[in-house]
Amino acid sequence: MEKIGRFGDFGGQYIPETVMTAVHELEAAYDKYKDDPEFNRELRELYRDYANRPSMLYYAEKMTKDLGGAKVYIKREDLNHTGAHKINNVLGQLLLAKKMGKKRIIAETGAGQHGVATATVCALMGLECEVYMGSTDMERQSLNVYRMNLLGAKVTGVDSGTATLKDAINEAFRDWCSNIDTTFYCIGSVMGPHPYPTMVRDFQKIISEEIKAQMLEKEGRLPDAVVACVGGGSNAMGAFYDFIGDKGVRLIGAEAAGRGVDTPEHAATIAKGDLGIFHGMKSLFLQNEYGQIDEVYSISAGLDYPGIGPEHAYLHSIGRADYFSITDEEAVQAFEYLSKTEGVIPAIESAHAVAAAMKVIPQMSKDQIVVINLSGRGDKDVYSIARYRGVELDEK
Amino acid sequence: MKNRIDACFEDLKAQGKKALVTFITAGDPDLATTEKLVLEMFDKGADIVEIGVPFSDPIAEGGTIQRASLRSLKHNTNLDQIFELVSRLRDNTEKPILLMMYLNTVFRYGTEKFFNNCKNVQIDGVIIPDMPFEERDEVKEYSEKTGVRSIYLVAPTSKERVKMIAEESKGFLYIVSSLGVTGTRNEFSTNFDELLAPLKEGNYCPACIGFGISNGEQARKMADYCDGCIIGSAIVNIVEKYGADSVEPVGEFIESVRTALDA
Repeated sequence: MEKIGRFGDFGGQYIPETVMTAVHELEAAYDKYKDDPEFNRELRELYRDYANRPSMLYYAEKMTKDLGGAKVYIKREDLNHTGAHKINNVLGQLLLAKKMGKKRIIAETGAGQHGVATATVCALMGLECEVYMGSTDMERQSLNVYRMNLLGAKVTGVDSGTATLKDAINEAFRDWCSNIDTTFYCIGSVMGPHPYPTMVRDFQKIISEEIKAQMLEKEGRLPDAVVACVGGGSNAMGAFYDFIGDKGVRLIGAEAAGRGVDTPEHAATIAKGDLGIFHGMKSLFLQNEYGQIDEVYSISAGLDYPGIGPEHAYLHSIGRADYFSITDEEAVQAFEYLSKTEGVIPAIESAHAVAAAMKVIPQMSKDQIVVINLSGRGDKDVYSIARYRGVELDEK
Repeated sequence: MKNRIDACFEDLKAQGKKALVTFITAGDPDLATTEKLVLEMFDKGADIVEIGVPFSDPIAEGGTIQRASLRSLKHNTNLDQIFELVSRLRDNTEKPILLMMYLNTVFRYGTEKFFNNCKNVQIDGVIIPDMPFEERDEVKEYSEKTGVRSIYLVAPTSKERVKMIAEESKGFLYIVSSLGVTGTRNEFSTNFDELLAPLKEGNYCPACIGFGISNGEQARKMADYCDGCIIGSAIVNIVEKYGADSVEPVGEFIESVRTALDA
């Protein structure tokens, strides 16, 4: 029998003893509420009235004509409240935290999207909020730092290690070890110890459930491919999950190749990672021969994580999903392309998915359909794209 | 051959003494100093030494040991060098030596190869703070085959888990004194009598308290609850301050703790 919290070899609960009781408590609470009608009614209501769900599934006609291959649909997670898919998971976890009687919420954030979503829902639910963020990321994403402050959250800079997302996670774990009785750790992706990868996926799977229903309504059939970007992998798990059993639907993840997978500066975990155990899970990680975790790089602060959620590692290992490595340059080109072609400025993370889709769409026939999960909107990235293109913006 | 950890606790018991377990990070500030520090600590009264294998992301450590890891990794200290270090130490000491390390370091090296190397250079046990009891199968088979003990941890939150963990423990049980990460503390709020009560109900291996103990007085107090105490960050603070010249001040510190512990 498969062990609980495992996806094949991947997953598990590799965390200090101090946190074990809390993780078991979370597991029990999640098991109790996940099929509870009242909990699900409350969550659906929040999704609809607060987060603006269902998000639209939009036919990208100009892009379809321009690429000359499969029909392109875009799932507009960027239109959710707070501008990304992150809110789906946070609403679920914090509703659970409230049921558990937890008053203090901690979270980690890279680009700031998960931090902003957590700060937002904490404001809504009247919970105390502290967000850990690498000091390098705080500089890169100062707007999101201020946004979290506006929402009443405390943002704590992390200077240790590389001062980015993985170090923010380390520090959040340390906080959790110290404040286990009062504190709920709201992890932002399908990673960490069980039950997080499963629980976060369940709170995100509404994306694929909606795509399926919307697709059947518009086209009367399922799509031929679903494409999503992957850092830890929560929007991709959400967009893939309801299609895993539908073998005719190709699942494509887009990971960040930074300056190229053959340079030291990338975050392409599936392409270049090795099996390891870190941040509570057994999965693939970018690491050296002695197991030291690598510094990773991507133009996208939301994708520069040295690992990947265990269920993605599993889907890759059984060949159910394919993962493309997309460079900064390809992502920036896709960012500009979607803006000009469809009038939609994507998050630079989501632009990786657009770039991956643009590789397969022209190879497909006109009667096929591709859905791109547009996980977030790109307002936050305008400065860094300008910088990438050598344009000076002085209104900062 | 009898495991050195077991022999050590038997000797201490016979003498009516408590164990002093000490920790330093390998390669902080360099491996030559680590070698001298280990021998000095044994010489001044340490019974067991834990050598920390530096890791890029030590999630159970406070600032002191995080910084020590970084200092060590700056010059690329690696596991093979640490095996060589212990091999050299074995020319000069027969006391128990443990490695304290994160699971990825073991796993990536190859768990079987890792335990075989430990056996070859005579490392007596390993402490892996991010491997909870439920995931012990990662190392159990190899630990048992080689006789290199895997030391389990118990935390203030462990409660009904204490007995289950103690049942399978060998060597000693590492009792985490407080919530949080490693680092010196001024006070301890844990109710040790309550936490450790299940250990009195059976014939379990010895237990030592660690995390936050910074001086002889605290060591004495903690050791009263069990069979010994573990001191890490307080020593690493001295190494941070004096670097390659830390051998003498560390020796003086260990001597002061030993005296307090035996008083």
